[in-house]
Amino acid sequence: MDYLDALEFKSIYVIREAYQKFNGRIAMLWSVGKDSTTLLWLVRKAFLGRIPFPVIHIDTSYKFPEMYKFRDDLAKEWGFEVIVANNKEQLAAGMGPETGMKLACCTELKTNALKQAVDAGGFQSVLLGIRRDEHGIRAKERYFSPRDAQFQWDYENQPAEVWDQYNSFLREDEHYRIHPILHFTELDIWRYIQRENIPIVDLYRSREGKRYRSIGCVPCCSPVPSNAATFDEMIAELEASTESERSGRAQDKENLYTMQKLRSLGYM
Amino acid sequence: MVTMPIQSAFPIVITGHVDHGKSTLVGRLLYDTGTLQTERYQEMVQSSSENGRADEFAFVLDAFEEERRRGITIDTSQIYFSSQLRPYVIIDTPGHREFIRNMVTGACYAKAAILLVDAVEGVMEQTRRHAWLLSIVGIQDICVAVNKMDAAGYDADRYRELTADINALLEEFSLTASAIVPISARHGENVASRSKAMQWYQGPSLLELLDGLVCRPIEERPFRFPVQDIYRFDGESVVVGRVESGSVRRGETVQLFPLGRQAVISAIRTFPATDVGTASYGEAIGFTLDGSIDAGLVRGAVLCGGTLPSCGREFQATIFWFLNEYATGDPVTIRCTTQSVPGKIHLEQVFDPAQPDTELPSDLICVGEAARCSITTELDLVGDHPALIPEMGRFVIERDGIPAGAGIFR
Repeated sequence: MDYLDALEFKSIYVIREAYQKFNGRIAMLWSVGKDSTTLLWLVRKAFLGRIPFPVIHIDTSYKFPEMYKFRDDLAKEWGFEVIVANNKEQLAAGMGPETGMKLACCTELKTNALKQAVDAGGFQSVLLGIRRDEHGIRAKERYFSPRDAQFQWDYENQPAEVWDQYNSFLREDEHYRIHPILHFTELDIWRYIQRENIPIVDLYRSREGKRYRSIGCVPCCSPVPSNAATFDEMIAELEASTESERSGRAQDKENLYTMQKLRSLGYM
Repeated sequence: MVTMPIQSAFPIVITGHVDHGKSTLVGRLLYDTGTLQTERYQEMVQSSSENGRADEFAFVLDAFEEERRRGITIDTSQIYFSSQLRPYVIIDTPGHREFIRNMVTGACYAKAAILLVDAVEGVMEQTRRHAWLLSIVGIQDICVAVNKMDAAGYDADRYRELTADINALLEEFSLTASAIVPISARHGENVASRSKAMQWYQGPSLLELLDGLVCRPIEERPFRFPVQDIYRFDGESVVVGRVESGSVRRGETVQLFPLGRQAVISAIRTFPATDVGTASYGEAIGFTLDGSIDAGLVRGAVLCGGTLPSCGREFQATIFWFLNEYATGDPVTIRCTTQSVPGKIHLEQVFDPAQPDTELPSDLICVGEAARCSITTELDLVGDHPALIPEMGRFVIERDGIPAGAGIFR
């Protein structure tokens, strides 16, 4: 078994645990980015080619046009249904990244849109493609992470997670965030995508000397200078880099603890 | 730049008493190996000054607002760095007794440990408790670092005195130190580079010591496959799970525990490959079995080969407790691999590994304490001795659905 196999088997084990505990009350979030697309591929591996639960795309309406096209094309190719969820009320009221604090925009168009989708679907657990190496706060996450009715993350009182025994006890109105690729690094993700030949949005590849390392909403993402257009070039670039992956994400820069606030509210 | 072979990050847990400098050491390792991301370094500097401190390397890991304000580690954290030789994942853990469940959560991901001891304070309560827990979790490679040598005047005699204390402590728990390195994490001495102030020390730097650790090879072991779930797709039943020990080939006959029957592996299923010939340790795969799968084969059954496991409703164990307290006879759930069975614990000898001379009541166990006990379950439980198959020899104890303790069979 090589090292990518070991990462993959760990993820498959977590996905199958989640499905076993929450069958019929589980969904996954797909942002269309590299991490959650990898997660989607791992779900297919876990269920021998099937995706046996709903796939939710939280649509802020500010995503890149390439992302919408990729979403619809892949859903057709792999044969699964996407639930597109958005906060209609706030979008109608004109909420956007230029309206005020970016935190308010993320809260309304991502967190609250997700809240509505979880309520509407009656989901008790949601799979997410977050990773420990993204941020110091995420480095403290569990594979099974309980959230209360207000989506709050009680990070000072996380349950023990010992020897792959995941806590799945639900109090009323609680749900679980489940993180099957928590142990992958950014570099692992690209090596794995390359090996498995997972389809990926072209925005990650260099065009005219720039590429995106992290994608989300158009107004809040900046490309980084790069000539890396192939997987080998991207991997070589990352191996040499000490810049953080999210250095191009505007919402991370407003305040030191923005990420903590967003995360505690269940931001993706 | 040195080109490293692509390999898995070697996981190391950092343990030790409160304020002996665990998080500071991790921050230092990252900084000295050039692995600290620019943005995280800048954030650390900014946050340190906002909290009225000099550059606080601990803030690289102690990312919660509360951790920085209080200057403590609350939860375990994992971070990656690379030496010239290979990548590592460092698992930081809190030193406070109240957060012991977070320490255990971190420790079970590790293959080796750093045990940190403050040169001035010496061996303290959590040093002892953590060392004992490492022995239970089964970590054999223990790298000891005597930290804050700068505060102890870089005194060789103090180092020798502590070396004797530390060796005595480890011996008590049948552990041995790979080496005992005198360091100053704050000033980066003997961490990634040599200390000029401690030329009396001839041993390896901490990073050299880590680079010298090897992954212990997995020996030939009997086949164990706890059933995780059964998928019924397109009229076919696939038994899924992870091989916890040994390996199996297509066509091989396996024993179904605790059912007491046999079955033949007719296919080994993965995606996109539809049938592979063998399944080995650590692989999360699926099997189809010859004949029909009846209602008796459910999650928690164990497919076995080779030397057979123990199976029964009463067994002896050593446990430790990390949430609230437990009195003999209260109902619990024992979770061992995918098995989950209701049962009761009869505490026989409760002790505090940190204070072995303190007498404790024998029918009550509290956070941070340990016990020798017997456990009775309402259903059959399949297990192995942890020295033979660690994965099948350990379990988690849940109370009211929440993990509250853990243990190993004895």
